[in-house]
Amino acid sequence: MTAQLAVEAISTGEAWVFWTLGPLAVLAAIGMVVARNAVHSALFLVLVMLCLGVFYVVQSGPFIGLAQIIVYTGAIMMLFLFVLMLVGRDASDSLIEVLRGQRVAAILLGIGFAGLVATAFYRALQDVPAQGLQTANVPSNVHGIAALMFTRYIFAFEVTSALLITAATGAMILAHIERRRDQRQTQPERMRSRFAPGNYPGPKAGPGVYATSDSVATPARLPDGRHSERSVPQILPKRELTEAEAAPKGTASPFGRGAEYGGGSTVSRRSEYGGGAAGRPDDSAGNHVPAAPSVGQGGEGR
Amino acid sequence: MQPGYYIVLAALLFTIGAVGVLIRRNAIVLFMCIELMLNASNLALVTFGRINGTLDGQIMAFFVMVVAAAEVVVGLAIIMSIFRTRRSASVDDANLLRY
Repeated sequence: MTAQLAVEAISTGEAWVFWTLGPLAVLAAIGMVVARNAVHSALFLVLVMLCLGVFYVVQSGPFIGLAQIIVYTGAIMMLFLFVLMLVGRDASDSLIEVLRGQRVAAILLGIGFAGLVATAFYRALQDVPAQGLQTANVPSNVHGIAALMFTRYIFAFEVTSALLITAATGAMILAHIERRRDQRQTQPERMRSRFAPGNYPGPKAGPGVYATSDSVATPARLPDGRHSERSVPQILPKRELTEAEAAPKGTASPFGRGAEYGGGSTVSRRSEYGGGAAGRPDDSAGNHVPAAPSVGQGGEGR
Repeated sequence: MQPGYYIVLAALLFTIGAVGVLIRRNAIVLFMCIELMLNASNLALVTFGRINGTLDGQIMAFFVMVVAAAEVVVGLAIIMSIFRTRRSASVDDANLLRY
């Protein structure tokens, strides 16, 4: 670093930005690692990425900063959230350690690694000034990046297109479900099974507004007066309502309160939807202690 | 303040991501930790570019971003297909190749 090179002084504003957002980014990163809920992890990571985007903009890279915000927090993290919603929110970790003492060892190693690398970089770079990008960013940052990318890095740029096409094709192949020829349903078969006995083709009954209640926890009435438990959202009573609120409201059913509600079909639904993902004893052991015995694991897992 | 502080911050974030890969079990959270490590390396690249006064660091960060996007697409598709067959996103459950 010779003296005739241009030296960019770091402004006080940039120092303020760094000392505000830097600790915030580190805290959010730690929060991402320790958060039990995967959705919380994703949101913490979004916070880290936004901080880094601000850092890029501050370090005279407005294009890469905006690309960071748009591509990372806008596209990649939303893809993460989509997959989280598809996989199910049960996606919290098990507390069982397969390798004994792995967590403690990993944390100790991490502290050691961070101390080593951070100290090395700090000692190596504490006196190195930034040359700054004022000359490189003429006439603007986008011009400079374009001039470099389409001359010196043109081959890498072309290879990137092959990479993206490969990734898109691979994702389509992995997400595709191949049906065997004998399992394929033709349109007449589909229509026949739709109108066959045992399947009701019309719209399902909705939860209604009655004289005594307008809650969505009020089950709809079937033509014969019974409650239709399918009309009540399964997730709602178990999560956000107390037991008394979740109980079927009295709509003067001739069959009494909750004749069908909570019957055998509820159990079958629960095992059908929630049993596979969250009801397994091995992967949810120790994560969710159900608040009450009536709050089933099927409700926790959705 | 010197730009070396950004590098120290990048090292810290990278380490947090690496520790997260070691201690978490959920495959999606593992992917997020890998993303954090890639982001930390991006911050280091941008800062190095600024120290050297060239835009090459930003271009490399841009390519890292593209590769990360492709990697996330394929990785999440793999996680989805594993989840479809095993009904679990935990990396401990995918042990078919172990025996």
